[in-house]
Amino acid sequence: MTPQQRVQAAMAHRQPDRVPVFLLATMHGAKELGLGIREYFSRAEHVIEGQLRLQAKYRGDCVSASFYSALEAEAFGCETMFIEDGPPNCAGPVLRRDEDIDRLRPPRVIETPGLLRVLEAIRGLKERLGGRLPILGSAIAPFSLPVMQMGFARYIELIYEQPRRLARLMAVNRRFCVAWANAQLAAGATAVGYADPVSSTTIVPRDLYLRTGHRVATSTLARIKGPTAYHLASGRGLPIARDIAATGAVAVGVSALDDLAAWKAAVGDRVTLVGNLNGVAMRRWTAADAEGEVKRAIAAAGRGGGFILADSHGEVPWQVPDEVLLAIRAAVERWGRYPLDWTGG
Amino acid sequence: MADAQVLTHRLRDALESLDRPRIEELFRLAVGRQAPLQVIENLIVPALVEIGEAWADGRVALSQVYMSSRICEELVARLLPPSVPVRKGQLRQAIAVLGDYHLLGKRIVLSVLRASGFDILDYGRMEADELVDRALADDLQILLISVLMLPSALKVREVRAAFEERRRPIRIGVGGAPFLFDDGLWREVGADAMGRNAADGIAMVRRWAGEVSS
Repeated sequence: MTPQQRVQAAMAHRQPDRVPVFLLATMHGAKELGLGIREYFSRAEHVIEGQLRLQAKYRGDCVSASFYSALEAEAFGCETMFIEDGPPNCAGPVLRRDEDIDRLRPPRVIETPGLLRVLEAIRGLKERLGGRLPILGSAIAPFSLPVMQMGFARYIELIYEQPRRLARLMAVNRRFCVAWANAQLAAGATAVGYADPVSSTTIVPRDLYLRTGHRVATSTLARIKGPTAYHLASGRGLPIARDIAATGAVAVGVSALDDLAAWKAAVGDRVTLVGNLNGVAMRRWTAADAEGEVKRAIAAAGRGGGFILADSHGEVPWQVPDEVLLAIRAAVERWGRYPLDWTGG
Repeated sequence: MADAQVLTHRLRDALESLDRPRIEELFRLAVGRQAPLQVIENLIVPALVEIGEAWADGRVALSQVYMSSRICEELVARLLPPSVPVRKGQLRQAIAVLGDYHLLGKRIVLSVLRASGFDILDYGRMEADELVDRALADDLQILLISVLMLPSALKVREVRAAFEERRRPIRIGVGGAPFLFDDGLWREVGADAMGRNAADGIAMVRRWAGEVSS
């Protein structure tokens, strides 16, 4: 099976030849090219070459065309701060006063150089890979983008205290998110990750999510013209597992803090589960640790397909060494072959 | 169940659901029965501790923790203006976000500590060098560091090394997502303790204050 066929089978809840594995090392490509993170993300060809080298090394079942989250805040005017050993940060809010929301307009993808670089990278990857490997794009959920647009504390206050302004902000962000996701699909992305950590039950309670983030997600995903994977970026989600399955997403990223088997029981074959290796702890894993964690995840969610092994955040930290990623990959080869008889299922 | 416990649970419930009229009613009831310090010690701190523990267990959300801490900070400010003597005689302590731009965790811990009657300096966001210089200049005894990203958590090492180089026994307490996902990380970076939630911050600061005074 090609990686594309393997992933398609898993997502159709059939058993492929083995469990697919996504090693979402967005920054590690810079190491491969001997570049700093800022320089790496400054040109689409760096990311194309970096992702191809990582795929050749780790033999994962996808390539990631994601650059960094702050890029979408950049489109709204936020400044990005680069560090040498981690993902770039949004340096401060662009919506400094609540009234700024009233005048906010969605930026245009074609007028935002950073977003155009991502589209160029997707097109380049598509050209090089054809349909052999899935190419993953990403978009920040309208409900989560305001953390960068206005700061987390003020955004929480807005959610509770200013429903009208929240609705306006969601409308602007939804227009941008839909346009951005569809641009990536049009450029050749196979699917788009919908990053929505604020909707996790780590951040908001379920009743509030159903009135806010869930409605936003359902209406946004309905307008995106391709498959989407809902990602809570390490936040807990088990109490809203069935709600997420009803948003229209075809896959969902599961936190290392959640029980994968409980997720599988909750959603059945309605969505594919992606996860849930602990990316932070991974930095210090031995080969034996990696093997144990891979076995745990596969035993919890692998049977019957509908499962892709990955880290739980959607981005492997810069500090995770090659040896660990290669040990994960080797463990998948050893323990991920269907029919997974060793799991006792 | 004792009256104080009943009142605490009721306040916790009201805070979790952000029921402001109910919060005000319970606050007035407590103030009518107890001295300001007792209201803080017997009602507000236990309610915030319960909410913090519930967050660590996944039973309440961060948005509820943040709004609760903000409301309680307002209540305590009404009870204890900064000039009230009870705020004096504490250890010199500060809180900062190191390296990254995620300020919410620090804001929550700051609010909870202030709502618990502690004086604590707010350094905002700083890089390691700047944080060391400021901590030494203020002659701190306790430094609480909040981070969201792994690279920032690893920078705590630099802060610890700088304190050791200058032979300054400043206690470092850390908190934030990387420490929750890797429970050995706080020791690796040289912190003296790790808080899983804001309530742990109260326990940490109290324990260290007790050690110094004894």
